[in-house]
Amino acid sequence: MTALLMRDLRLAFRAGGGFGLGLAFFLILAVLVPLGVGPEPQTLAVIAPGILWVGALLACLLSLDRIFALDFEDGSLDLLATAPVPLEAAVSIKALAHWLTTGLPLVLISPVLGLLLFLPAEAYVWLIVSLGVGTPALSVIGTFGAALTVGLKRGGLLLSLLVLPLYIPTLVFGAEVVSRGAMGLAVNTPLALLAGITAGAVAILPFASAHVLRINLR
Amino acid sequence: MASFWEYANPLKFMRTTDWLLPIVATAAVLVTATGLIWGFFFTPDDFRQGSTVKIVFIHVPAAMMAINAWVMMLVASLVWLIRRHHVSALAAKAAAPVGLVMTLIGLVTGAVWGQPMWGTWWAWDPRLTSFLILMLFYLGYIALWSAIDDPDTGADLTAVLCLVGSVFAVLSRYAAIFWNQGLHQGASLSVAPGTRMDWAYKAPLYTCMVGFGLIFLTLVLAGTRTEIRARRMKALVARERMA
Amino acid sequence: MVLNVRDLACARGGLPLLEGVSFSVTSGAALVLRGPNGCGKTTLLRTIAGLQPALSGEIDCPPDAIAYAAHADGIKATLTVAENLRFWAAIYGTCETSTALERMNLCALAERAAQNLSAGQKRRLGLARLMVTGRPVWVLDEPTVSLDVASVALFGDVVRAHLAGGGMAVMATHIDLGLPEAEILDLTPFKARLPETGSGDFDEAFL
Repeated sequence: MTALLMRDLRLAFRAGGGFGLGLAFFLILAVLVPLGVGPEPQTLAVIAPGILWVGALLACLLSLDRIFALDFEDGSLDLLATAPVPLEAAVSIKALAHWLTTGLPLVLISPVLGLLLFLPAEAYVWLIVSLGVGTPALSVIGTFGAALTVGLKRGGLLLSLLVLPLYIPTLVFGAEVVSRGAMGLAVNTPLALLAGITAGAVAILPFASAHVLRINLR
Repeated sequence: MASFWEYANPLKFMRTTDWLLPIVATAAVLVTATGLIWGFFFTPDDFRQGSTVKIVFIHVPAAMMAINAWVMMLVASLVWLIRRHHVSALAAKAAAPVGLVMTLIGLVTGAVWGQPMWGTWWAWDPRLTSFLILMLFYLGYIALWSAIDDPDTGADLTAVLCLVGSVFAVLSRYAAIFWNQGLHQGASLSVAPGTRMDWAYKAPLYTCMVGFGLIFLTLVLAGTRTEIRARRMKALVARERMA
Repeated sequence: MVLNVRDLACARGGLPLLEGVSFSVTSGAALVLRGPNGCGKTTLLRTIAGLQPALSGEIDCPPDAIAYAAHADGIKATLTVAENLRFWAAIYGTCETSTALERMNLCALAERAAQNLSAGQKRRLGLARLMVTGRPVWVLDEPTVSLDVASVALFGDVVRAHLAGGGMAVMATHIDLGLPEAEILDLTPFKARLPETGSGDFDEAFL
């Protein structure tokens, strides 16, 4: 298990592993939005929570198809499925590796991008908290989507179409936490709901992912 | 007494729908036509909304069937996952495009109705938003079916997607309610029709609902028959190759 | 320990391919599957490995006994040979990789990134993976593809040592591994026949 995690992290950090692509995408988005919307701090401050959350979501999406596709191509996935590690655990580990290489860096860099978008000062802590609580759900749901489309040609586009609707509740509650935080309102309710979605997804979706993965390997 | 599951046999299903389908189709046309003509021409204009209210006779049944179609797909997917009846999986496949079209009809008639009533084609009202999201789920489901070659793999994967999607669709519905209340408190556009609906409207509306239900049934039965024939054809080609 | 396969039928892409396959392999024995391309060797091996369900029949095998090696070796290009091997050793809960490296003649390549290996060297790494699994039943699909004569002999020795140590092997191969004791099973007679059509009706499975 640890070995699988370490291998996936090592693969991500080695040359060609794609680490940092999502981060760069997130950064570019935060630069492009003001260029498109205009430089007024008031306007940007209003849309900043939404842009940051949508950006995090898209950055996450960008690296999803790598979760299983590479292992599928070189045969590792067949071998993993016959290995003594339960496939459910392997799937969870892969989601964790994806979060550590994509979600966590996004959480850490988000305050800097908040600065670019004139995010109100009160909202920073909630931006970090909401992304910290919400991005694991993005990785787990994305892993399910990646497992669904693993053997398919043109899987990448289909993956976005399948996964993005599943991201809606996370996005709504996550962005809501930040915008309420920005207005100085209580954030308990959306934060609790966001945490609930993450907890539920982490608990249940690996079973669904492992199931569809087995079907795809058959 | 024949068991219900016997109809899960493709042959039995085809034989039964052979005579059932024309009856259901005729009933669908008759009931829907009755309901619509009744609704459009033999109901009084609403004192507030005028004659525009009559679009309700298409809008509400379509919206209702859009949701029911997904529920039917969910049940059919469960039946496939648990009992492995091919007809069930194919019925779910056949229902998806019908559900998608119903969702579209619901959205379009809603926009047409909303324009004179609210002065806008679209509002990010929770109910409207939920329907837009439902449409995305239908699109994903149909796209996944069409992307997979092997029919059994396709049935398995789409069934799991349907289950997971249902959970997230319900979550999205509540998220949409929460989201709009949270941002635009007070600025509400009530879409609830029939809050004080008279029987003069209710009777034709119910007729239309039954009619749309029958239309859905007709299309799903016809679609399932097509899918069964398509699979049969695949199987025959495979036989040729094996022999 | 015995691997028993009784009356096994398996399918590929929804089409029945093999039926009535029965054999049993005991400790120290090897079974070589033969048959023309497309006769279902890979499908049978995947079924035995548990990657796909059998249509019917039984596979009796002690749990956690099978190590499967497919056409693709599951090698990560950016990891070194030793890292690749250590990963699989850790997954199977065995930590010893040096013997395997030595036996497959990979010691000199241990620190080289797998992307710089030749096809035959990759194949040797893939087979070294089998040795670190510590599993008694090897299920091998064309293990000698892209190996040179010396490496084939090397691999034959490894398999013989594995058998001598009480292991067993089921493999699909066209090359003589120099295992005269290996039993040979030709899969051609087990080709699935067309199901009866009956009166042109179709049944539950459409076939």
